[in-house]
Amino acid sequence: MAKIIQLIKDRFQSVSPAKIGQAIQQTQLYRSVFRVGVPDTDRKRMLVMLGSVFLHLHPVKVRKSGIRMRYTWCMGGITFFLFLVLTFTGLLLMFYYRPTLEYAYADIIDLREQVPLGIMREIHRWGAHAMVIAVWLHMFRVFMTGSYKPPREFNWNVGVILLVLTLLLSFTGYLLPWDQLAMWAITVGSNMARATPIAGHEGPLASMVRLGDISLVNNASDARFALLGGRFVGEGALLRFYVLHCVGLPLVAGFLMAIHFWRIRRDGGISGPL
Amino acid sequence: MGPVLLAIATSAAILLPVVIFVVVITVAMVKRGEMSMRGEVHEPSVATAPAKAGAVPRRAFLSWMGVAWTAFAASMVATATATGRFMFPNVLFEPPTTFKAGSPDELQTGQVDERFKQKFGVWLVKDNDVQTGAFGIYALSTVCTHLGCTPDWLPSAQKFKCPCHGSGYYKNGINFEGPTPRPLERFAISRADDGQILVDKSAKFQYEKGQWADPRSFLKL
Repeated sequence: MAKIIQLIKDRFQSVSPAKIGQAIQQTQLYRSVFRVGVPDTDRKRMLVMLGSVFLHLHPVKVRKSGIRMRYTWCMGGITFFLFLVLTFTGLLLMFYYRPTLEYAYADIIDLREQVPLGIMREIHRWGAHAMVIAVWLHMFRVFMTGSYKPPREFNWNVGVILLVLTLLLSFTGYLLPWDQLAMWAITVGSNMARATPIAGHEGPLASMVRLGDISLVNNASDARFALLGGRFVGEGALLRFYVLHCVGLPLVAGFLMAIHFWRIRRDGGISGPL
Repeated sequence: MGPVLLAIATSAAILLPVVIFVVVITVAMVKRGEMSMRGEVHEPSVATAPAKAGAVPRRAFLSWMGVAWTAFAASMVATATATGRFMFPNVLFEPPTTFKAGSPDELQTGQVDERFKQKFGVWLVKDNDVQTGAFGIYALSTVCTHLGCTPDWLPSAQKFKCPCHGSGYYKNGINFEGPTPRPLERFAISRADDGQILVDKSAKFQYEKGQWADPRSFLKL
């Protein structure tokens, strides 16, 4: 009996949290997830930044000047954070919202009155307003610090396209509640497309695009028609704006954001003189 | 007022810890001299530079970070909880499980009534009970007991035939062909106060368990 107790004692004396940790780290499951061990040297730490899919957009080292809040206002980061918030809350809203004439407005009311956490749509809306403001402030800061100058001029242009995409996301999202405000705002807004040169049927030079007596750019074949999927803001426009708002524009924006962030690093790092 | 308070409480639960996290980390870093709000930057790095007078010592800084990360974790838990709750709506737009199906006189003896198939998933049959031979009405579920498709009532062949895998049932719901292992299910049926048929889909009765003997599964006339 004493022998057995001694045997058990010996067994458990060799067990310690450190040894359990080591045992876990030697399992195939752990090794398949974390291929290299703990990065305990500067060289290994650098390799982690290069090799990890989550970290590879981030620079290996950040200059101290890069965290000067007065210089960057963190506006680019705040914009990206708001984009993530909007993506997440927008995804949740998609579970309840149906982009049809019959359901759109009712679903918006339902989201506020019946669905748990009626704040969800408001977070999405406030976040959208905040993102437009943050993008403008970010642009203002970049302009005032001269960060658009070479070699960063390409990234400035990417940023301008991202600004337009942000405004288009805001514009397309505005129609989705399908209330009077949305209807007439999009009616007025899309009427501007009538005046597009050549491509809008009331725009300059549009009347010159014709085959004999037949005008090729009319109210059923111009830029506004392509935007609305019809001659007025109706079922087609709602579905078109919904698809652009939820899929099309975020995809393009995400693609350009990846380039934008990567070019910050390639062009000499964040917010410092070169 | 309730939803507004709930909304405020929820957003506070999600946002407050984040604010605490950011404020604590910022204050701690500024006090430690690792971050400057005034724009000046001390080079070289803090690790080798002598600590500023009155700066937060390393140990205290670590415990500040503990507070910050706890707040951050709390906000993550609150967000996950709120998201989970969001997926369970308070109001459903489904047809009610209990419905009135008109007067028994509207049904013809021996016919399968398909008026309530589309909306409620129920066939009403006025006929004799398969076990007792009593005359009355029973409510059959339109869900095939094989894999859950909706069979068709074929009047010429006098059978329910499932288009998915060919399961067949007699008018009384008993299966006789195809892969289905058991008869169609019955729902509870009774008379409402105004004399109409009342079908309750929340109670179902299975033949193979002997539940069709239950008086609630058959409305005697």
